[in-house]
Amino acid sequence: MQTLKQLSTLLKSRQRSATELAQSYLDRIASSDLNAFISVNPEQTLAQAKQADAVLARGDGGDLTGVPIAHKDIFVTRGWPSTAGSKMLSGYNSPFDASVVEQFRAAGMVTLGKLNCDEFAMGSSNENSFFGPVKNPWDKQAVPGGSSGGSGAAVAGGLTPAATGTDTGGSIRQPAALCGITGIKPTYGRVSRYGMIAFASSLDQSGPMAWTAEDCALMLSAMTAHDPRDATCIERDPEDFSRHLADSIKGLRIGIPKEYFGDGLADDVRSAIETALQTFEQLGATRVEVSLPKTSLSIPAYYVIAPAEASSNLSRFDGVRYGHRAENYTDLGDMYRKSRAEGFGDEVKRRILIGTYVLSHGYYDAYYPAAQKIRRLIAQDFQQAFANCDVIMGPVAPSVAWDLGARVNDPVANYLADIYTLSTSLAGLPGMSIPCGFGQGEKNSRRPVGLQLIGNYFGEAKLLNVAHQFQLATDWHTRRPSS
Amino acid sequence: MSLSLSDIARLAKLAQLDLSEQQAADTLAKLNDIFALVEQMKAVDTSNVEPLAHPVAVWRDDLAIPLRDDHVTEANHRDDYQQPAPSVQDGLYLVPKVIE
Repeated sequence: MQTLKQLSTLLKSRQRSATELAQSYLDRIASSDLNAFISVNPEQTLAQAKQADAVLARGDGGDLTGVPIAHKDIFVTRGWPSTAGSKMLSGYNSPFDASVVEQFRAAGMVTLGKLNCDEFAMGSSNENSFFGPVKNPWDKQAVPGGSSGGSGAAVAGGLTPAATGTDTGGSIRQPAALCGITGIKPTYGRVSRYGMIAFASSLDQSGPMAWTAEDCALMLSAMTAHDPRDATCIERDPEDFSRHLADSIKGLRIGIPKEYFGDGLADDVRSAIETALQTFEQLGATRVEVSLPKTSLSIPAYYVIAPAEASSNLSRFDGVRYGHRAENYTDLGDMYRKSRAEGFGDEVKRRILIGTYVLSHGYYDAYYPAAQKIRRLIAQDFQQAFANCDVIMGPVAPSVAWDLGARVNDPVANYLADIYTLSTSLAGLPGMSIPCGFGQGEKNSRRPVGLQLIGNYFGEAKLLNVAHQFQLATDWHTRRPSS
Repeated sequence: MSLSLSDIARLAKLAQLDLSEQQAADTLAKLNDIFALVEQMKAVDTSNVEPLAHPVAVWRDDLAIPLRDDHVTEANHRDDYQQPAPSVQDGLYLVPKVIE
């Protein structure tokens, strides 16, 4: 299972053709039992590969030309159905490509298909997908994390060298951690959300997932063009996110938030994180204790803001213009209610109801603006912390991956497990997960641990530099699941 | 704060979702657990804090909603956009009769 960078070298030197490569991944996908893909379309994939081969033959290829990629099924695509993991959009064929999909196509990447995810990206175990749960390649009894669980599992399982993910409250970082790969959620506003099926618009952000920081840097450089079709996309000069990879991190000040190392953190995760921090010290970095006192408030604030925005975004699914329409109904209102009841799963309905409540007349002031005020306090805490450090580090998740089925009936337990990722999302900061070890004990020793790196606004190149230096000194990112 | 079954029924109506009695009862328990979590928010005094909508505004206070020139940018894609619709005729979306 080669990295994107390795494949890129083989393609550019014409040792492998894009067609050969695409076919080998399609074969692996066809024989995989992970349920990581919702749809493939070999004909389309091979047609794209053929185009890439023609570009490579002319010597016009870039770093990504001919490299396969798979997209979380939150991005709309022509040629593959776009489902958001929901019955509501089962079989939906988008008339256009998402901006991110368009950018990767323009860079010559070859689309392998669409990846499983929690329905409308709501969940942290991928068990809320209409298309069934995804298995973690490291241990098929374990969840891959979520909501980008298919992305995490597909990269870790060798079904694609690169995947897109989306992160609203941790949905890139947590599955990257639980699947032992590298993933980065950029600053809010960095990547266009155009064509990304909306969950919570003030939080949603997409980013790359791959084996290494080096791979993520190549991908991020190709997906951050300014896009006027997303009014929250911030206009900035184009960046080469690989430019700082080789920089020394001597003197780097690492902020350690004490709130991220409290009682809820599993001992095996704590110990893997501690070892990683010692590695950074050996590389010349120093630790600084910082405080993010509002961390625990990120859960209530997030579970007001995200469902509120979701209930508003998901009101567009009415069975009229696209999506599921019930077969039997008495009138228009009945058609709306039945189509929505049949099309949405339980977790999505719960969040729509929560959102409806907090936005409803008489309750609005007590919830949405109140949560936005806490959001400001959380963001300010980070700015105070960054006065004394260059990057913040801690765990991504309180534990390694849990067993499939273990938490399906307990939404609150799932929400609490997002504690270390939510505040970064609320503050809109870039956050990253890199593999840094495994759990302990008979079961957990097969399940990966992720280290979270949090940077200041638009500090992605710095985060990737820090991650790459760690990956030069360690080999966690080179480990592969046995089957 | 605790929701009742009639609250769930009201919310389901507002959200245009059919819920069976059994589903409403299951939802009630879970929503009350979630709201117990949300109530923790009230422990902080935020009376002098401005709500934050675009997170990057904390860091860059010149962030404004971008404006563009007021001219047509979208071509006509009606046929493409109606392709995924459950029911259309002559370029119109079909729904059950609303006015008798």
